[in-house]
Amino acid sequence: MSSSDLVAALLQSIGVDNPHGLSDNTARIEVHENRVVGLKLVPGLKVDADETDDGINVEIRVEAGVRLQKPVHICFGVLPEDGWQHIDLDVRIHQDAHASFLAHCTFPNAVDVRHTMTAGIEVEPGAHYAYFERHVHGTHGGITVIPEARVIVHDDAEFTTEFELIKGRAGQIKFDYETLCHDRSVVEMTARISGRADDRIEIHERAQLLGDEAKAALISHIALRDDARAEIYNDVTAYGARARGHVDCKEIVLDRAIAKAVPMVAVHNPTAHVTHEAAIGSVDSRQLQTLLSRGLTEDEATDLIIEGLLSKKARWTKD
Amino acid sequence: MSLLSIQNLSQSFDGKPILDGLTMDFWEGHIHAVVGPNGAGKSTLANTIMGLHGYTNYGGEIFFDGQSLRGVSVDARARMGITLAWQEPARFEGLSVLRFVGAGSKRKDPAHVKGLLEALGLEGERYLHRSVDRTLSGGERKRIELASILAMEPRLILMDEPDSGIDVAALDYIFTALSRLKNQGATVIMITHSRAVLEQADHAFLMCNGRLREKGEISKIGRYFIDRCIPCDHINEPDEEESIL
Repeated sequence: MSSSDLVAALLQSIGVDNPHGLSDNTARIEVHENRVVGLKLVPGLKVDADETDDGINVEIRVEAGVRLQKPVHICFGVLPEDGWQHIDLDVRIHQDAHASFLAHCTFPNAVDVRHTMTAGIEVEPGAHYAYFERHVHGTHGGITVIPEARVIVHDDAEFTTEFELIKGRAGQIKFDYETLCHDRSVVEMTARISGRADDRIEIHERAQLLGDEAKAALISHIALRDDARAEIYNDVTAYGARARGHVDCKEIVLDRAIAKAVPMVAVHNPTAHVTHEAAIGSVDSRQLQTLLSRGLTEDEATDLIIEGLLSKKARWTKD
Repeated sequence: MSLLSIQNLSQSFDGKPILDGLTMDFWEGHIHAVVGPNGAGKSTLANTIMGLHGYTNYGGEIFFDGQSLRGVSVDARARMGITLAWQEPARFEGLSVLRFVGAGSKRKDPAHVKGLLEALGLEGERYLHRSVDRTLSGGERKRIELASILAMEPRLILMDEPDSGIDVAALDYIFTALSRLKNQGATVIMITHSRAVLEQADHAFLMCNGRLREKGEISKIGRYFIDRCIPCDHINEPDEEESIL
């Protein structure tokens, strides 16, 4: 299959019928298996990709002071039933630059597919980096997703990321993100995942609030059905003066599914403040009874409550 | 004509009777108020009529439009046209006002939902895509819940303390909605302690200690409730010999 055909097939799998539907001034990166099959850049954005025996190395740079007006569209995928994809990602958002990325990771036919990513991300002073990642998986569950990221968020910088997997089978997910947050930096990491059948989800997220007045929120919203299992380990440790942190873990568990949440909070400075909330259980009885009293069946009401739990943050809706 | 008929209704929890032989008729197209002190069983009455979880094991009978509700689930009752507005509406994190209000309605389009919100004094565009969560005040959630009830065009609405958490300005919108429901031919049963709410009703019932003490004109029931029940020093221990009106 030619590169342009692969781009078309990748985009079609995420619901974009026309690969040229994206406007000319929208930056795009498309990677199939371990090969870059599509790339379009805009001023201020640099992307270098090297295909290696072990996968692909991708280096992304947003130049200092550049404000990318539109989100950069990224599509990583494996279309065959089996295969593997490894991405070694090196991202640097230079000083005072602002950039948002809208990424789709698509494995629509996966029976035995492995997708791994090792990312080093550095958000320089005053820069803003927002990364929204939507996974599109098929119905087989034969997909393993293992992303790992080490993120440094410098003074006055902002890093927000949101991981969404709400359609198709989660398969095996194990992700591990660590952020180092310097003075007055702001970090928000959100995961919204739906698991079913024998899906296995494991999330490790850590935020170290090293700087004064650094802020971080780690948010995990998970819905599990059938025999799915999830383990969530969210850890916020505050060292800086007046640092603020919050861990929010909510999981709805149905059928025979099992969920475990371990929020860990630590404070090493008396002026810092870190909070957590964790709630695991079936759907909230009050919410359920309200929707039943509007005439929804129990299944319809449960689906609507889960839809709310897994809904996208308002800030991304314009992307 | 009676839309809802309750006959010798009793309900108890942990062996303690909460409703004790209630017999009441609620007339189609009328607004009814049920007043009484805290603990009189008013909310239990509403929850039992709705058939909420934990309230289905009752004595006596409840007939809706001539049909017994025994064994009928909450959602089936709702599809028959019965619904409940809670004293403290539930929060739904992440669920938009548009999806929530449209949930029980045949019409889920934004224009329709927007119109319902505006009828309740909420600027539609500002609220449609907001989440029904803690970012909304109690009064806003109350009106959004009422919009969801208007949307389903029910035949019988049970309203538990419709003015709870509502400021005076917003209360007018609640009363407007009540008029709208009545004009649509709906029957309303309001649980209330409020004279202002009581005055919206066509008929009133006075409950004490799980029993019906009196029914009739709202002026008489209201006066008795304000003058005698509120300052009462033997709440839910009625003097059976006392003539109440």
